[in-house]
Amino acid sequence: MNFLNIFSKSQQSLKKQPTKDEAPSHWVKCPSCQSLMYYKEIENQNYVCPKCGFHLRINVNDRIKLLADEGSFVEYDADLEPVDPLHFVDKKSYKKRVEEGFKKTGRKSSVVSGECTMDGILTQLVVFDFSFMGGSLGSVEGEKIVRAVNRAIEKRCGLIIVSASGGARMQESTFSLMQMSKTSAALGKLAKEKLPYISVLSDPTMGGVSASFAMLGDVIIAEPGALIGFAGQRVIKQTIGSDLPEGFQRAEFLLEKGSIDMVVNRNELKKTLSDLMKLFLNN
Amino acid sequence: MATYLEFEKKIKEIQDNIIAAEVRRDEAAIEILQKQLEKEVAKTYKNLSPYQKLQLARHQDRPYALDYINMILEDKYELHGDRHFRDDPAIICYIGYINGEKTVVIGEQKGRGTKNKIRRNFGMPHPEGYRKALRVAKMAEKFNLPLLMLIDTPGAYPGLGAEERNQSEAIARNLLELAELDTPSVSIVIGEGGSGGALAIGVADKLAMMRYSVFSVISPEGCAAILWNDPAKVEAATNALKITSEDLKELGLIDDVIDEPLIGAHRDKEGAANALKNYYLEQLQELKGLSKEERMQKRYEKLTQVGAFKEASK
Repeated sequence: MNFLNIFSKSQQSLKKQPTKDEAPSHWVKCPSCQSLMYYKEIENQNYVCPKCGFHLRINVNDRIKLLADEGSFVEYDADLEPVDPLHFVDKKSYKKRVEEGFKKTGRKSSVVSGECTMDGILTQLVVFDFSFMGGSLGSVEGEKIVRAVNRAIEKRCGLIIVSASGGARMQESTFSLMQMSKTSAALGKLAKEKLPYISVLSDPTMGGVSASFAMLGDVIIAEPGALIGFAGQRVIKQTIGSDLPEGFQRAEFLLEKGSIDMVVNRNELKKTLSDLMKLFLNN
Repeated sequence: MATYLEFEKKIKEIQDNIIAAEVRRDEAAIEILQKQLEKEVAKTYKNLSPYQKLQLARHQDRPYALDYINMILEDKYELHGDRHFRDDPAIICYIGYINGEKTVVIGEQKGRGTKNKIRRNFGMPHPEGYRKALRVAKMAEKFNLPLLMLIDTPGAYPGLGAEERNQSEAIARNLLELAELDTPSVSIVIGEGGSGGALAIGVADKLAMMRYSVFSVISPEGCAAILWNDPAKVEAATNALKITSEDLKELGLIDDVIDEPLIGAHRDKEGAANALKNYYLEQLQELKGLSKEERMQKRYEKLTQVGAFKEASK
């Protein structure tokens, strides 16, 4: 791949885009313990419930604010847009779904990719946006990841991908499927360069995303309670014909089974990531 | 007993008539019927809809991986187990000779008959199956043996044990490792290419499909249920997903379509096996003609350049 895309970087600032999820109400109810909190209170806690520790989903901008040193994030490849190679139409057309996603999020991709410092350490940071088509993996998302890998190699820095995705994007069919091998091949190249890749799994990380780059981190960190797995729970239930055990496919379950390295509270996430990067780099 | 699909009824009728004529030793009738059959085959199979091709890809008389292995691999040994958990019968690994060429073969195996279907888990591998495949692929690399992979699965198994043992990681690891395996590799979809479970043995120098095979990100049934909210919309989903060999070749997502007999591998197993063998041998010669560096570079570029997007600034 070429490294010329550095010249096409877009320095778009991360404007706060209101999303439908942000209700006009100033009160937020914890989905787990049901307690009501003033929105400022839970925002200050990075959307971790102060009463029960439940991790609510957070949007891309808040995620970047959480991880990147203030003002250090520069977005790349923001001008990559999906095309509709199959002219896919289900109940709606793919084009229409992309437009709807754009209206909702201000972006035409479920991935925001860029460069930042984290506690002073230069890092390539890729963040999935679940509110854009369920964070699904399509051609644009795969390309952004490969370019982030290439920048990490060029600049000799680490890569962090924060996943939040239902899996492959059906509307791109096999194009989407092939993004799994595309991203995995690129990560193989990064590994050969002995540069660190840390995979952060947030709620949810499923299907083709889980079964490719998300599970290939040198270190894999999950947020508490995040749903992580290959097959969806409904499909598994149908296949085995019985209910699923309590906590199945949750972060803590994966930790116990040996599938991930750690479950980290969102308020400790940045420090954990930068500490690990420090340990891995410049040796 | 052979099974005939709705659109094959007329072919069955003619074939039955041929058998009857053969019993009567009515040479003249046989000749006429043979011509009739040829015409009917051409008419029927040249105008198949994607949904009909999906039915053929899943046809129970279609040769499975083990059938191809028995027809083309000589002096062979089967290799078992992932060395960690158990031997997964949904993935089979063999070593032997194809037309004198030493080859390692990995295949996804559906079972025939109830007992075998259950034993093979309907061709849906567990993580240990993919890990067995990777172990054997690495062995092929170690001894500089070319690798032939035969894809035929509805998908990786969605179950409790599979998730506990990290199905996701097993698939992801294969994608990464097969991308950099430095021995010549050819992967062929022989029937059903079901999503990540298929791709997990689909990363190779060459990816080809038999004429009546399909390759898809999700089963048309699953897609209909999710996007249409209506399981009855399978045919619409099949069309929309573009899963046939012809479509995928046109989209540039696979390297080649293998010239499976027009009447289908389920009616002409030998013909299909020959087509597959000849394709593999041709590709092997081509791949052997490249230096290792050239071959690996080409593979990496192919894998990482796939995608359809536009770049506003360009």
